[in-house]
Amino acid sequence: MTLLIKGADLAGAGRQDLLVEDGLITEVGSIGSAGGAEVIDADGLVALPGLVDLHTHLREPGREDAETIRSGSEAAAMGGYTAVLAMANTTPVTDTGEAAERILDLGERVGLVDVQPVGAVTKGLAGEELAELGLMARSRARVRVFSDDGRCVHDARVMRRALEYVRAFGGVISQHSQDPQLATSAACCHEGELSGRLGLPGWPGVAEETIVARDMMLARHTGSRVHVAHVSTAGSVEVIRWAKDRGIAVTAEVTPHHLALTTDLLADYDPVYKVNPPLRPVEDVQVLRDALADGTIDAVATDHAPHARHDKEHAFADAAFGMLGLETALSVVSEVMVRSGLMDWAAVAEAMAVRPARIAGLEGHGRPLAEGEPANLTLVDPEQKVTVDAAASRSLSRNNPWHARTFTGAVHATILRGRPTVLKGTLA
Amino acid sequence: MRHLLSMHDLDRDEVLQLLDTAASMHDVQRREVKKLPTLRGRTVVNLFFEDSTRTRSSFEIAGKWLSADVINISAKGSSVSKGESLRDTVLTVAAMGVDGLVIRHQASGATLQVSKWIDAVVINAGDGMHEHPTQALLDAYTIRHRLGDLEGRHIAIVGDLTHSRVLRSNLICLKTLGARVTLVAPPTLMPSGIDGWAAKDGFDTSYDLDAVLPTVDGAMMLRVQRERMSGGFFPTAREYTVGYGLTRERLELLPDHAVIAHPGPMNRGLEIAADAADSARSLILDQVSAGVAVRMAVLYHALAGEQGVGERELVEGKSV
Repeated sequence: MTLLIKGADLAGAGRQDLLVEDGLITEVGSIGSAGGAEVIDADGLVALPGLVDLHTHLREPGREDAETIRSGSEAAAMGGYTAVLAMANTTPVTDTGEAAERILDLGERVGLVDVQPVGAVTKGLAGEELAELGLMARSRARVRVFSDDGRCVHDARVMRRALEYVRAFGGVISQHSQDPQLATSAACCHEGELSGRLGLPGWPGVAEETIVARDMMLARHTGSRVHVAHVSTAGSVEVIRWAKDRGIAVTAEVTPHHLALTTDLLADYDPVYKVNPPLRPVEDVQVLRDALADGTIDAVATDHAPHARHDKEHAFADAAFGMLGLETALSVVSEVMVRSGLMDWAAVAEAMAVRPARIAGLEGHGRPLAEGEPANLTLVDPEQKVTVDAAASRSLSRNNPWHARTFTGAVHATILRGRPTVLKGTLA
Repeated sequence: MRHLLSMHDLDRDEVLQLLDTAASMHDVQRREVKKLPTLRGRTVVNLFFEDSTRTRSSFEIAGKWLSADVINISAKGSSVSKGESLRDTVLTVAAMGVDGLVIRHQASGATLQVSKWIDAVVINAGDGMHEHPTQALLDAYTIRHRLGDLEGRHIAIVGDLTHSRVLRSNLICLKTLGARVTLVAPPTLMPSGIDGWAAKDGFDTSYDLDAVLPTVDGAMMLRVQRERMSGGFFPTAREYTVGYGLTRERLELLPDHAVIAHPGPMNRGLEIAADAADSARSLILDQVSAGVAVRMAVLYHALAGEQGVGERELVEGKSV
């Protein structure tokens, strides 16, 4: 298949034409015509390397009523993603090589996005014994990112051993930083004045920050790579900045919802805003935006967390944690980071494609838009206004906090190894 | 009044109107035949997801004395574990043709959520650590009955504040009525973010009960659960009592006219000494008695609506 993409702005490098043949970018420049090529008019569009999500919950196997690898892949493609890392908290948990290969194979069968499994750090996410990290790494899935996401690896001894162990194969531990001792097990929101008024048990920011700080010291001690998943507080940013200044091998991600939504949305106890880590006050949100802009936070990751309707229609304290994010991430980043002037599109390419691919060790993704590179790319219309309609989502779930919000900036096309998965904003 | 979910739903005039109606109801309560025809043909369901004896029976009596058909449904146990969502549960009950739902739930905000799902009137009978509006109304009723207008009066609320829905409703209610409020508790039992809250809403906080008591018109003592000790909120019951209990010695610090309230159930000897609970200044049994009258007033205003009989007819009308 041959594609000719005409007049795209290569994320800050100016307007160019791109010729795509057999899954590779074969020419960049001013290309008059190419025989038999399908032409994509990219006038006014920005071309980014295909987006990579470090943090996705696809729910298969186990909760196929909430999401499947197919529906999640569709949502990912619609959101401009060419690769997603599928978190391990499925049923069964992805804690063996076989389980990881199964995810990989299901993703390949759908073929809309590269589905790269994340392995559990501990067996059954129980936080006690290491999962078969090495066998997952050696499997066809070549697992490099390990996480007990949803739970914190809070036992320092286990975290230390995990960090040491994955050095053998260049692995990284993605930590859900949250000390369970610093909140009750019923915690369901940010602990602060609003939670005090609402009578909701919360997590204080410090429950995240003490684990981030501890992990920085463990990373320094072990010389291993640690990745801080969904950073949500200003204090965590301070600690990460401190660690990076000292050359500690830490990377960090922030979600679109922590960049845009604040804890005051909980005033009506709407479970659609119930998420872990919780939405924080506006002061934290501003610091997170600045930290993403200055590179202290490396990446935007969605923490896309679909839930069946009946798992959200409980009392706030009983409802499931999490919100959708794959389809809207680029639009949210466009609105709060690009249009606000904090980032340009080249910086978005770094935060949503280049650095996530590097952190995850995905070789074919996050590459420059240059001759000879894999043709994984996303075309963005930076001026298109979109109003989110939860009912129109490709996800099987509807826990969409962005419903009825309007953003400027939308995914126009997604191309995976030279083949469009999304064209003109619809699945190809 | 559409629903009663939070004391924020009522302004000063509405609170006073409810308290005045409650006074009329209280008179009815003293009659030999107590039943009024006001809510005849109306169905009120007490939907209790959490055990309660006092509040449930208080609402039940209130509904019955207004001639409503009152049905108690105990829905104890998490709906999560039953595989049914809260929305399914309340839609099922509402579909039976209910005019009013009195809901107690162990989760904060549950009654507010329910009110958005169904058409029936929802009365909050206590939602988690959030609010318990009828308790606040009956507390205000009782204190007002003894002290008169609450405007400018100083009330201390003392005890396990962080876990208390009674605190949250009383704070709003007392501020609405113009009272000055001081919260007293050890720092570990103060709600999170209390300093910002106090600054915005205009109340005081203190860790020193001895300093506060001489300045109050009323002390509202809240229950302290002994199991809080295992949560590390305070070291021992003895230490709590020395610091924050209304002991016999502390009674001497109260001005002569000051009253003592407690929503019950009491932990005698922990947050309140028997000498305080049983003293002449104690309002504790008055609170229980007022509970029925206040809940009659709430049901009346929420459910009698425009089709209901006027208040004058209601009070002067014949019992049935």
